[in-house]
Amino acid sequence: MAQFTENFLQALIAGLLTGSIYGLMCVGLSVIFGVMRVINFAHGDFMMLGMYVAYYAFGVLGVHAVFGATLGPYVAALIAGPVIFLAGVLVHRLLISKVTGMRGSALQSEGHYAQLILTLGLALILQNGGLYLFGSTPVSISTPLASNAWALGPLYGDRIEVFINQGQTVAAAIAAVVVLAFVMIMSRSRLGKSLRAAADNPEAATYMGIDVAQSHRLAFGFGVAITAVGGGLLASGTSFQPYVGLEYVIVMYAGVVLGGLGSVSGAFLGGLTIGLVQQMSTLFLPNQLQNTAIFVVFLFIVLLRPQGLFGTAMRRT
Amino acid sequence: MPGTDSLATNRRRQTLLIAAFAIAYGLLAMFVEHSYYLLILAVVPVWAVMGLAWNLLSGYSGFVSFGHAAFFGLGAYFVALAQIHWGLSPWFGIPCAALVGALAGLVVGIPTFRLRGHYFALAMLAYPLALLYVFEWLGYQELALPMQREHAFAYMQFEDHRIYVWLALALMIGAMVLTSLVERSRFGMSLVAIREDEAAAEAAGIRTLAWKLKAITLSGALAGGAGGFYAVVLLVVTPPAVFGMLVSAQALIVAMFGGVGTLWGPVIGAMVLVPLSEFLHAKLGNIIPGIQGVVYGVAIVAVILLAPEGVFWRVKDIVLRRRVQKPPVAGGTSAIAAALPPARERNPDSTIVFEVRNASKAFGGLKAVRDVSVQVMRGEILGIIGPNGAGKTTLFNLLNGFIRPDQGQILLEGKDIVGKRPYEICAAGVGRTFQVVRPFRRMSVLENVVVGAYVNAATDSLARAAAEEALAQVGLQGESQQLAGALTNKQLRLLEIARALAGKPRLLLLDETLAGLGAGEVEEVIAVVRKLAAQGITIVIIEHTMQAMVRLVDRFVVLNEGALLAQGLPEAITRDTAVIDAYLGKRWRAANA
Repeated sequence: MAQFTENFLQALIAGLLTGSIYGLMCVGLSVIFGVMRVINFAHGDFMMLGMYVAYYAFGVLGVHAVFGATLGPYVAALIAGPVIFLAGVLVHRLLISKVTGMRGSALQSEGHYAQLILTLGLALILQNGGLYLFGSTPVSISTPLASNAWALGPLYGDRIEVFINQGQTVAAAIAAVVVLAFVMIMSRSRLGKSLRAAADNPEAATYMGIDVAQSHRLAFGFGVAITAVGGGLLASGTSFQPYVGLEYVIVMYAGVVLGGLGSVSGAFLGGLTIGLVQQMSTLFLPNQLQNTAIFVVFLFIVLLRPQGLFGTAMRRT
Repeated sequence: MPGTDSLATNRRRQTLLIAAFAIAYGLLAMFVEHSYYLLILAVVPVWAVMGLAWNLLSGYSGFVSFGHAAFFGLGAYFVALAQIHWGLSPWFGIPCAALVGALAGLVVGIPTFRLRGHYFALAMLAYPLALLYVFEWLGYQELALPMQREHAFAYMQFEDHRIYVWLALALMIGAMVLTSLVERSRFGMSLVAIREDEAAAEAAGIRTLAWKLKAITLSGALAGGAGGFYAVVLLVVTPPAVFGMLVSAQALIVAMFGGVGTLWGPVIGAMVLVPLSEFLHAKLGNIIPGIQGVVYGVAIVAVILLAPEGVFWRVKDIVLRRRVQKPPVAGGTSAIAAALPPARERNPDSTIVFEVRNASKAFGGLKAVRDVSVQVMRGEILGIIGPNGAGKTTLFNLLNGFIRPDQGQILLEGKDIVGKRPYEICAAGVGRTFQVVRPFRRMSVLENVVVGAYVNAATDSLARAAAEEALAQVGLQGESQQLAGALTNKQLRLLEIARALAGKPRLLLLDETLAGLGAGEVEEVIAVVRKLAAQGITIVIIEHTMQAMVRLVDRFVVLNEGALLAQGLPEAITRDTAVIDAYLGKRWRAANA
């Protein structure tokens, strides 16, 4: 019993820590859906690019040398943000904008499929192009914090002791700060307001003088950038290769759908929940089936409550 | 207008084309020696079958699947495991793999068809990825089919690799024949109608869920069979190779590249893309790993940007739009209208055909319909009027089963129909049109109406005859080959009436059929409605303006803010003070008193 309690607490803490990074990644995906009503299939692959940007920034570009091994990985993760923002804006301008926005709505339902399939093509190009650029050998960013832990306990008369990974804790804290900052931007600033207006009613927003195409471009850039930071934070804890995005794309969609498509705070909570599900599943299931557990939960969510746990039902006829 | 003769010619031409293609491809294998090229020749049809499988579900019905790898992988693993553990030969294993795929399709379809659009696509993605990890966990990281040198033929292991090409070809021809049978029948037409507008299809009497389940079962069978054969050709099965993202993506991409919702599309896509990616992989694979994925990625991005609906549809649209609108048939609707007796001379009897008893429906806090009771008499034209937001369309949606009332009964010829699906209510004799027209835009006018005829036609040729008759009744026979998307507003209104009429309804629900029409056009449509009433069809028509209606209807029901305000003869209603207040406000009456 004591052993189970210890395992349970350990999984709970691990779940909360990875969950908040997942939450950050989900927020990125949710911004894109919320503003553009676009499902970005390649989102996991932008995350993968973020991981590699952080990796190369840390090693090759000298972040390691300047900031040291402790602080460096986090600086590198934050650098991934602006780099992937630019990549996202570029991809939107060249590809996504051709099938979304005003043009997409003219195509009606075909427009939706067009963008879904376009981003699928993009995902294939990024994954396989990544294989060429980065190679197939898994890499990771090494940080001393990742192998250090704070011990909690002994509790209940020496029987229970829980370890909290320092690297994950710092990463989770940074993730929470980035989400908070983004929520502030969206609710307070002029930029956030115009993004929300463009999301709510693109046509009306156009008449109010908001450049909807630009709003979409920014939303796409922000969306992939936020997720890339999440990826950068994960990169110091786990090893990764160019196909890593695929594993996370379902994680992210599960979180976003759970939180209700389009809701930023819902997406964070959804991501957190998925992190918990993933870690908790290890209590009952073999490690290899962690992802299967997430997929099953995801299927249950979309089948039973497609509007999300925290969302409200909305039907259009 | 192509008659049944030219349809038969089309079919014959199609069959000849498939046969010629099969012979050419089969002969090609005769002249290839190199075993690697023979392998490519055997693999191309496998992906064509996968494309056809994907197309059968997603291409025709519009439900995009990202998860066909689930069926493919289950088929492949079934063949491999059955041979390893039970010694089952692939000759039996592959047909069984198709059954496994069909079953998987059904099991996946039942819950997943509750979802639409993006949610469906995403849920489908989860199935193969979940299975991938399960099969790895089960310890099937790499399964090799045991070699059977003594019984090579019995275990489908041939020295001569050309035999694989011919088997693959046979599989593909089978899938093509199946697709062409589906495409021409009410199966295919119903799927296309679902793709164009699922709600309208259901209201027109199409059993949408049943057709979708049939489609995914058949599609799963094709994919399962393809997977089983793939295992035999490659001799090794690994989870990423059969459950991986690229498998689902390849199915989708070959179909989209060649043309979605067409017989030849997936075949053309596979013929171009599979050899290209294999060739590049062979030449550059060691320098550029993942070149195959890049080829497919670039191909699909290019297709989406340059011809999003696929090349086939693009061409079809251009060709059909170009056909000049033919001059109206002599006589036209106005002549028919003149010959008809005015509506009032008919004698609606006092039998109640349709009755709403104390129905209520709320959307959240908004009470759209409040305790409404309405009776429809056999043979009458009943007008339902009321200002915008009075609950008229909600009442229709209750009547034809789109939504369920929170309270109350809806009786069709005495039987309670609450809880019945729209297609059941349509089959029971209730046709409807929509306030905002909902034609199947990519289908021809005739096809639109044929879809509406299926509900009451035993065979496809009877459906066609009923559709042609319905088109003649509304005066659209001259436009029957045009795409519905190219019609004018008035023609679309008439098309919707014809589509509802083709199912031989006893009761027609017309939702603001006169909206947005010019004065002359209103007269034409009214003439058609009168003609239908004269044939004994009971008609309920919604409008929010009274003008045209006064001359058309036998009786009015007035709704306001979801509740019944008044009902009675047109003369009485136009003088009813409560009605005038609802429309124009009390002040107007005071000022004009």
